[in-house]
Amino acid sequence: MELFINQILAGISTGAIYACMALAVVMIYQAIDHLNFAQGEMAMFSTFIAWQLMQWGVPYWWSFILTIAFSFAAGIAIERILFKPLAKAPILTNVAGFIALFSIINSCAGLIWDFTIKQFPTPFGSSPFLGSQLISTHQAGMIGVTLLMLLGLFFFFRYTRMGLAMRAAASLPESARLVGINTSWMIALGWGMAAAIGSIAGILIAPVVFLEPNMMGGVLIYGFAAAVLGGLTSPLGAVVGGFLVGIFENLAGTYIPGVGNELKLPIALALIITVLVVKPAGLFGRPIVKRV
Amino acid sequence: MSAAEEVVTEGQAVEAVPKRAMTLGTGTSLVVLALLLVVPLFVKNFIIFQMTMLLIYGVAVLALNILTGGSGQFSLGQSAFYAIGAYTSAILMEHANINYALTLPVAGIICFAVGFLFGQPALRLSGVYLALATFALATAMPQLLKLGFFEHWTGGVQGLVVTKPDAPFGLPMSQDMWLYYFTLAITIAIYVGSVNLLRSRSGRAFMSIRDNEIAASSMGVNVSLYKTLAFGVSAGITGIAGGLGAIAVQFVAPDSYTITLAISLFLGMVVGGVGWLPGSFVGSAFIIFVPNIAEGISKGLSGAVFGVLLFLVIFLIPHGARQIAIVGQQLAGRLRR
Repeated sequence: MELFINQILAGISTGAIYACMALAVVMIYQAIDHLNFAQGEMAMFSTFIAWQLMQWGVPYWWSFILTIAFSFAAGIAIERILFKPLAKAPILTNVAGFIALFSIINSCAGLIWDFTIKQFPTPFGSSPFLGSQLISTHQAGMIGVTLLMLLGLFFFFRYTRMGLAMRAAASLPESARLVGINTSWMIALGWGMAAAIGSIAGILIAPVVFLEPNMMGGVLIYGFAAAVLGGLTSPLGAVVGGFLVGIFENLAGTYIPGVGNELKLPIALALIITVLVVKPAGLFGRPIVKRV
Repeated sequence: MSAAEEVVTEGQAVEAVPKRAMTLGTGTSLVVLALLLVVPLFVKNFIIFQMTMLLIYGVAVLALNILTGGSGQFSLGQSAFYAIGAYTSAILMEHANINYALTLPVAGIICFAVGFLFGQPALRLSGVYLALATFALATAMPQLLKLGFFEHWTGGVQGLVVTKPDAPFGLPMSQDMWLYYFTLAITIAIYVGSVNLLRSRSGRAFMSIRDNEIAASSMGVNVSLYKTLAFGVSAGITGIAGGLGAIAVQFVAPDSYTITLAISLFLGMVVGGVGWLPGSFVGSAFIIFVPNIAEGISKGLSGAVFGVLLFLVIFLIPHGARQIAIVGQQLAGRLRR
């Protein structure tokens, strides 16, 4: 029983990473209606910016804020320069664009900061949290920040004009334009916010997985899986999905014989697909009603 | 809502080419065919090998094109079917000493069955969800191949070495050249078969599902049957390509068939033009040669150069090589008038 509880705790602490990333994924999905494969690399690049600022002697929280601001601006810039011209192109072409962006960012980061693994500081410390060896104060802090972001997003989308406009622009662009929403800028704003959330996720994750250009590969896959599991339309679903994926993964690794580190991911994904087959819109997603 | 459903807008897979313009298309394909037949006689073995790979990846992209361009379903799991095909051929050749040519139909049939079965649960998913499901298949495959349980057959992490076949009947050509012509013959057969498939009753059923699933089912198309069938056919063709790939590369190992391969095949389809079968080979040339070109331009930044080149292509021709073909046809039509 103790093993079981310990594994759940360990799952929650890795789940926090996935939840962070899943939140960024859902954010951009709300704004542009597709999954951005380059999301993880954008977050990685932002984290490197934060690291670089700290190397130059900027205090932690200042570099945190500066990085978020930079990421927000960079997200908007990427949308304006690269993806706005593709707005009318077929969706699969856009997906190819994400892959290209992925490749560019990864390669540039590798060239600027090289592929050696770097330590990343944490503001929360890394002593055991409430006497448990499995969750450190950093991970507890990470869970706290994720929940705060979730709350912030909830209020933004639910109670502000801007949030409402963004939701409208994503779900029914034509009608949104008719009531005077500048949908094109809403999309850019969505990119900016997604990049900013991604940068927070990156900064929180980096102390755990260490900083290097490929740090996000695995995390992003789990983040996608978590977002899809929770339902792509629901930020709350993304966070819950993140924790669930973390827990699944740990339990599968412990209790199913023959599952080492190698098979954790396929098993977690298989489980998610099983859930999706039963509930195609994800656990918290709204089913999409089609008009005939 | 996303990927698969909006493939719809790209429309008209093979149909709607005006009669007069057809002659241009036929002429071009005859020229290409002649080049494919003659060029290997004059180039080095390494280039012949690359042309063989071009055809093989072309067939794999074509298979994805039937699935996505034809039936509107999106798959990131093609590398898994490619791997199954490759391993089937390699295991049959090395463990059972079966002739390489005979292993290909087996690879095709096994992959068809796997694809058809995988299509069953995938029926309930569409768009991103389908992408995730197929993606899971692609990430799981290399790990499954490494499992100790299959190691006796698959060779585990080390993989299997495959012997390259000699030219039969004492034909005076190198192994590479023979393999090239062998691949070319199979490619042509698959290509002609696929074009005819998309023009047949089943092909029209695929396309009607792609364009409007509800309308298709109300016209009496058995949606679930044809969707799974599309998966099966696509997987079967990919499997044959995988088998050919194993013979050409002479080696199979789990890590040759990761998600990167599936992504490459996807890029090949987009660059060639979704739903346009001849474009598959243009796309395949892109995914084989452009990474090399990028590496040639800058070693350290090859990923970035590749990304920039890819961006250039999709900016200039968002509908892929097909767009060039359409423009060409219009120009030719105007000249004739």
